[in-house]
Amino acid sequence: MRARRFLSGGWLSVYAFLYIVFLYLPVIFLPIFSVNVAPTPKFPLTGFTLQWYADLPHTPALLDAAWNSLKVGVCASVLATVLGILAARSITRYRYPGRRTINGLIMAPLVLPEVIVAISMLLVMLQLGLSLSLFTVVLGHVLICIPYSMTVLTSGFEGFDRSLEEASADLGESAFGTFRRVTLPMVAPAIISSLLVCFTISLDEFIIAFFLTGTEATLPIYIWGQLRFASKLPGVLALGTLLLVASFLLMTIAEILRRRAARRTQNEGGLYA
Amino acid sequence: MTAAAEGSPPLRMTRARRNALLRSEPVQGFALISPTFLYALILLVLPILVVIAHSFWTQHYLTIDRTFTLENYRVALTEPIYRDLLWRSLYISLTVSLFTVILAYPIAYYISFHGGRHKSLWLFLITIPFWTSYLLRVMSWKVILGYNGVLNSGLMGLGIIDEPSTALLYNSSAVIITLTHAWAAFAILPIFVSLEKVDRTLVEAATDLGDGPLRSFLRVTLPLSAPGVISAALIVMIPTVGDYVTPKLVGGKDGVMIANAIQAQFGKAANWPLGAALSVTTMLIVTLMAGATVLIIRALQRLAR
Repeated sequence: MRARRFLSGGWLSVYAFLYIVFLYLPVIFLPIFSVNVAPTPKFPLTGFTLQWYADLPHTPALLDAAWNSLKVGVCASVLATVLGILAARSITRYRYPGRRTINGLIMAPLVLPEVIVAISMLLVMLQLGLSLSLFTVVLGHVLICIPYSMTVLTSGFEGFDRSLEEASADLGESAFGTFRRVTLPMVAPAIISSLLVCFTISLDEFIIAFFLTGTEATLPIYIWGQLRFASKLPGVLALGTLLLVASFLLMTIAEILRRRAARRTQNEGGLYA
Repeated sequence: MTAAAEGSPPLRMTRARRNALLRSEPVQGFALISPTFLYALILLVLPILVVIAHSFWTQHYLTIDRTFTLENYRVALTEPIYRDLLWRSLYISLTVSLFTVILAYPIAYYISFHGGRHKSLWLFLITIPFWTSYLLRVMSWKVILGYNGVLNSGLMGLGIIDEPSTALLYNSSAVIITLTHAWAAFAILPIFVSLEKVDRTLVEAATDLGDGPLRSFLRVTLPLSAPGVISAALIVMIPTVGDYVTPKLVGGKDGVMIANAIQAQFGKAANWPLGAALSVTTMLIVTLMAGATVLIIRALQRLAR
């Protein structure tokens, strides 16, 4: 009898609540201390201020980093999504030998220690005499974004009804016309979702950028540089809060679009199915 | 295409056959995936092969001596500093994945069995914190655990301690806490997916046949969700062995891990071959751990039957 109660909802919902608190605990402190008057993050709070936010636009190094992050993020997300579309379409549409192995290889960056991925790329680039720049960062970001792009896109492409394309061709539409008027509208939400997911990853990614960047810092690298100075912490917290809000918005839109895409192709996949 | 194949001369036939081959599933599928496949080959497989090659070479100042040697591996495995770092990385990653999986299982179970129609909302709620910068989450733990941090000032405010404790930050426990938090979602999702696949009628059948809820959980639900537990453990274990940021920010002197040593070899120390040997050793350890985890969980599964 006690076991039945133990496995029933009551006890578990308390646990679930506590778990969510644990997950959000460190995330909550960023916005709280970013509007605190005192520069050291501790309780009790000393008063409300927006000064740390107001200072941000007057920091040239930060603006440069933001611009770099934007460029890297756009390039990486577009490239990763294009490569992701090709691979996801191939995986969901065709059956051929070696399909699983190739898929495993493409997904491998997801489970490899990131330092090793970064360092091996660094080693090859140095050997080839490539100078480190935002371009090398993009190359690295594309590699680690592809697996995420693939999960979003396969969930959008799976269960795609091929008879719709065939019907369109039978009715006299050209291959390109079919793609533009039938295929694309069906999978568009998944593609946009993949772009947003990849952009968010690139925006927050540190290790690859840390090893593969030259003199141009991205936002996480700028933050890393600021962490050494205790007096810079409130500015970092304010910047972090803004990034958090941006990530949250982008991910919410991405998730809504991914679900819409999955519904259109009548697939009932979960978040990572 | 069909018209050409029907009543046409042999030359057309071969072209038709070639077209048919080009249109065949395997060729089209492979052609479609090849750009992505090539990208991964050139930027992932090739670099890792280069690292493996370097691990057998020697560096003299700026030149690389390409004579085969195992000296780097001898240093990596026997020099106390590297040996200790490898053991510590292993210990930390095993502890973190154990904690993460144990903490994640009940929540995944709750969402799968009691989530009702809010399942995807729950999952989304869980993933949100992980879409914020990893760097900032680690730094936030520093704010919580630090000398003037939230936990210390909170405990002092409650009168539990008189002066701030320095024991919270800059050691391997701080690294374990931070990593357990950082990888939580990655453990919940695979366990949830495998719990979703558990056939509910089997659980009912076990109950009908007289198993109590605990017994049917242990004999039906848990073994059937073992694949999810395996992948959760692996997904957490593999990247944490090579974590760089957390040890650097909250680890202090006693929490440094192998990735920090690898970075030093490619940076300040400028001994690429040793850095490469340390990387390859880390990858081997990861592979061995992954294999061992799969075997242990399979054995447990067989015992449960």
